[in-house]
Amino acid sequence: MSLIYPREGLKAHPLNNSPEYKSTLKRAPSQPLILLPHTLSETSGPVFGHVAVQESDSDLTRQHAGEPLGERIIVSGRVLDEDGRPVPHTLIEIWQANAAGRYVHLRDQHPAPLDPNFSGAGRVVTDAEGRYRFTTVKPGAYPWRNHHNAWRPAHIHFSLFGPSFLSRVITQMYFPGDPLFPFDPIFQTITDEKARERLISRFDLATTEPEWALGYQFDIVLRGRDATPLEEPHDD
Amino acid sequence: MTEPKAPLGLTPSQTVGPFFAYALTPRAYGGAELANEQVATDAVAGERISVRGHVYDGDGAPVGDAMIEIWQADAEGRFHAQGNVGFTGFGRAETTAEGGYHFDTIRPGALPGPNGTSQAPHLTVSVFARGVLVRLATRIYFSDEPANEADPVLALVPAGRRGTLIAQRGPDGAFIFDIRLQGEGETVFFDV
Repeated sequence: MSLIYPREGLKAHPLNNSPEYKSTLKRAPSQPLILLPHTLSETSGPVFGHVAVQESDSDLTRQHAGEPLGERIIVSGRVLDEDGRPVPHTLIEIWQANAAGRYVHLRDQHPAPLDPNFSGAGRVVTDAEGRYRFTTVKPGAYPWRNHHNAWRPAHIHFSLFGPSFLSRVITQMYFPGDPLFPFDPIFQTITDEKARERLISRFDLATTEPEWALGYQFDIVLRGRDATPLEEPHDD
Repeated sequence: MTEPKAPLGLTPSQTVGPFFAYALTPRAYGGAELANEQVATDAVAGERISVRGHVYDGDGAPVGDAMIEIWQADAEGRFHAQGNVGFTGFGRAETTAEGGYHFDTIRPGALPGPNGTSQAPHLTVSVFARGVLVRLATRIYFSDEPANEADPVLALVPAGRRGTLIAQRGPDGAFIFDIRLQGEGETVFFDV
């Protein structure tokens, strides 16, 4: 299947120059980006469908001797291209804070407890229909130093490759109804409201498992359209 | 008559943040790495090269929490998907506290370019970091390649900035490629 990568959809992304998010101030390029024609270097990409993903890689509640504390959740959805077709056998990497809002990362100094039964890193490969599913615990909100009394809304980081260098994306999935949305400069760097809403997962009773875990649905749309769409010729 | 279908809206990018290492570059945490600095095994044919450098911010301060990914063709200019299954062509490294990174790989071959042109050997690069909301895309070319003169992508870059895309040989033979996110000597980044 041959894909093309129109640039129109890129307007959904934030600008790197987003001064409300202070870390961008010295890290956003000041020169304009140079438009790159799409060559084989960009339309190809690494393939990880072969990566040996173990069951515990997609169940973050089963990576240690005991069970992590927190609200057990299932996060599931589909990875699609811009034409709505599934992206099969593509790798998803996730990472997150624990239920108390603390990351395992050595440099996270937030005085919230670590959970010896939770690392917060997972991997899964989508199936033939582009579906994926993780079991984890709901991450907590946590403070950061962007501005006075700054808190990040609860989120799970997602890293995806898709079919090429051009479809590579790293993003964050949020939870519905989070009161921190209006105050979070990272979420708000996405200026288009509809695009922002695409990062908010949807509570789903059908994904929820009785007496076990709440379910959330989160679909991901990667770059790529059919190079040869079937279109009727226009008369006008 | 069938109207062309409107595309689905893309999932927007967000920063990788400061705390990705235990998932994406987890060696220090005892985790299994998807890929690392060793891009080519001994079995892969081609000239061994090392590429190293530092990542700096607009103040010239080292960026100690970036992730660099490279993607490249093999010595014959073939990508992984074209049947060269012995070589993934993908490398991933977290910068050190001093902003340093390195890759050990093979020198890629020349590649076809747009409109019948030929592209000089290069590595395709993504830079992810806290404070970077959309990955920064750049390329690493090699200073000793005569093909750089006719490269169709380098030709798109103003002559005064072209040098930021060309790795230079260091005293030990490694190619040195520093990445400056902003300001003087700012690396050329591409709109892909």
